[in-house]
Amino acid sequence: MNTFEYAPAPESRAIVDIKPSYGLFVGGEFVDGHGRSFKTISPSTEEVLSEVAEADETDVDLAVKAARRAHSRVWGRMPGKERAKYLFRIARIIQERGRELAVLESIDNGKPIKETRDVDVPIAAAHFFYYAGWADKLKYSGHGTESLGVAGQVIPWNFPLLMLSWKIAPALACGNTVVLKPAETTPLTALLFAEICQQADLPPGVVNIITGAGDTGRTLVSHPDVDKVAFTGSTEVGRAIAKSVAGSDKRVTLELGGKAANIVFDDAPLDQAVEGIVNGIFFNQGHVCCAGSRLLVQESVADEVLGRLKRRMGTLRVGDPLDKNTDVGAINSAEQLAKIRRLSQIGEQEGAERWSAPCDLPDHGFWFPPTVFTGVTQAHRIAREEIFGPVLSVLTFRTPGEAVEKANNTPYGLSAGVWTEKGSRILKVANALRAGVVWANTFNKFDPTSPFGGYKESGYGREGGRHGLEAYLR
Amino acid sequence: MTSTATPTAGPHDDPVEPGWADVTASESSLRRFLHGLPGVDQVGAEQRAAGLGTRSIKTTAKAFAIDLAIRMVDLTTLEGQDTRGKVKALSAKAMRPDPADPTCPPVAAVCVYPDMVAVAKEALGASEVHVASVATAFPSGRAAMDVKLADTRDAVAAGADEVDMVIDRGAFLAGHYLQVFEEIGAVREACAGEGGAAHLKVILETGELQTYDNVRRASWLAMMAGADFIKTSTGKVQPAATPPVTLVMLEAVRDYREQTGRMVGVKPAGGIRTSKDAIKYLVMVNEVAGPDWLEPDWFRFGASTLLNDLLMQRTRLATGRYSGPDYFTLD
Repeated sequence: MNTFEYAPAPESRAIVDIKPSYGLFVGGEFVDGHGRSFKTISPSTEEVLSEVAEADETDVDLAVKAARRAHSRVWGRMPGKERAKYLFRIARIIQERGRELAVLESIDNGKPIKETRDVDVPIAAAHFFYYAGWADKLKYSGHGTESLGVAGQVIPWNFPLLMLSWKIAPALACGNTVVLKPAETTPLTALLFAEICQQADLPPGVVNIITGAGDTGRTLVSHPDVDKVAFTGSTEVGRAIAKSVAGSDKRVTLELGGKAANIVFDDAPLDQAVEGIVNGIFFNQGHVCCAGSRLLVQESVADEVLGRLKRRMGTLRVGDPLDKNTDVGAINSAEQLAKIRRLSQIGEQEGAERWSAPCDLPDHGFWFPPTVFTGVTQAHRIAREEIFGPVLSVLTFRTPGEAVEKANNTPYGLSAGVWTEKGSRILKVANALRAGVVWANTFNKFDPTSPFGGYKESGYGREGGRHGLEAYLR
Repeated sequence: MTSTATPTAGPHDDPVEPGWADVTASESSLRRFLHGLPGVDQVGAEQRAAGLGTRSIKTTAKAFAIDLAIRMVDLTTLEGQDTRGKVKALSAKAMRPDPADPTCPPVAAVCVYPDMVAVAKEALGASEVHVASVATAFPSGRAAMDVKLADTRDAVAAGADEVDMVIDRGAFLAGHYLQVFEEIGAVREACAGEGGAAHLKVILETGELQTYDNVRRASWLAMMAGADFIKTSTGKVQPAATPPVTLVMLEAVRDYREQTGRMVGVKPAGGIRTSKDAIKYLVMVNEVAGPDWLEPDWFRFGASTLLNDLLMQRTRLATGRYSGPDYFTLD
């Protein structure tokens, strides 16, 4: 038998220049913070990459002031067609510096270069292009034409640059200025984006990037001069934010957790469904709020689908995120790895059967093999709680009605998938699912023109598309 | 499979796979079976093929892939203008693709029209290179059945080791699956020669079948009728071989072995011109059908210009320098 061993094909790191330390980006310049600093590491090697300032109350206040000044003096008054020019410029620079952003994202986040190169960076650029087009057409949006003012935005670590673009592009297109806090484990691409703002000659203060952890985020969203709060992250933090802004006149959008059902009917295109299952849960190591973490498969094809799924999982390549052939990279942090391990252990203790394809994991860094749990029921914790890792829970159903019932039986409602070759069934099931996004015969497809957001505890408000403008206009 | 049929494995050289008797008993049972195969989602299949195309094959992996690809080439000339001289020259190249480098392996086979089989056979002599002959009124297949069978017997009598037949696409598209099935079976019987049966490659002409569902059904039909290989195209119809079509066929042979235990080969033909393309196909073979198919016995490239690009890349890997097309023979 032949073995076709793929030789290492690492993307060069030479294109990125990581500085030993970073300050905060306030008023168009990098400034030192008043607080402490923290280290950001590479999750695939645990190597320290850089030291980053932790913004304290004074820093947050300065950033909000800079944003307010920029809004009232420049950006809020600028005609939409002029704002659009800046956004187009930023979009083009993201494309031009795409490889640099992709490599840096991969190093800081741990996700494979294949994904940063083919997904994160191109879609980030697409968001700026898309909302640049809206900037001078707001009167056709149906959501008003006036900006809100200063937006305080807090984003997660799973898609650092992409979530930044989801937040900043519509805010700027509508004439708002922003103070954005990237996650503490993945600040580097946001800081590179700050350089891109400088390169694009964006007026000072329109975009401010402050780094830090939970305290910084709390200070930002509760700052009295912030008009709009936009958060993507866990439901727990989202709930705290909703409480902290209650009673104020701040506008809020929250994009929170999920426990999406990926429903495979017996008449599904099975090979493509298996691809969709793999893409749904192992894309980005499962660090995806809309991940298809619950597979609901019709009993009559369950064994066959599982057989195909396990065979396919055997070909997933886990390892060095910078290797162009890597399919699954490193878990983003030690903390997240511990959570995934804990919930997986609970899955075993509760009697579900655990299976991972045999694969060698690197010695350093944070790793978890792609894992599937079978024999899972609605009563298992791994079928209810968001694991946010490469762990799939498999449940079965007998009828379409049962599938919908089980799919909806969760406090979350961000996304769902439906696999069937029968068009009428797609429409019926999609209408019955209480989820913000329903994918039919595909999964994890993102496009700037398409609104994205949740039902129930998955949050409120929509990002993307014309709907995404509503959150930033009055 | 969603179908309930579970045939037992039949011996290799049985003309028709016996385990499928229930399925092929009537037009309607065959139709039910083929239409009961899981569908292929076009967008998903194309996305998967494109995804596999982004694998980065470098250094040692590339050297392995290039040598393997050379060994898998069915060096082909299928032109009205073919002459004895052309076929002899091609045969010489098949045995020694790179005259300057004796470590370069020979190709798998030379593929010609039936009247050139004897010429190729003589030129190849005792070498390990096979002679493959197209037959059954290639490329259109538009002839009476006895003509197609005579065409096949002619090629086998002249010494063809392998026969590349075309299916009746008209019959397939009209839903006459049993007719196509029986034709393949009859051609298979006609492949029986003195020194053992010629291997049968069944050309589906996927460019005319158009949909991936049809490609999957035709693949199963051919395998059930006893094909040793399923082949994408004649090379005379555009599009010829494409990565997603080959992906669907690789899934078919993989599933067929799982169900019956019998391995069937796959041959994309037409349109594969560069080493880069060939390597993408090998990645697909490796990750979809599995490494068992990474052998010239189970995977072939129907190509002519591909070989020179493989040779140029091979030389480049060995010497570190690119050389020009003038350093490689044109045959």
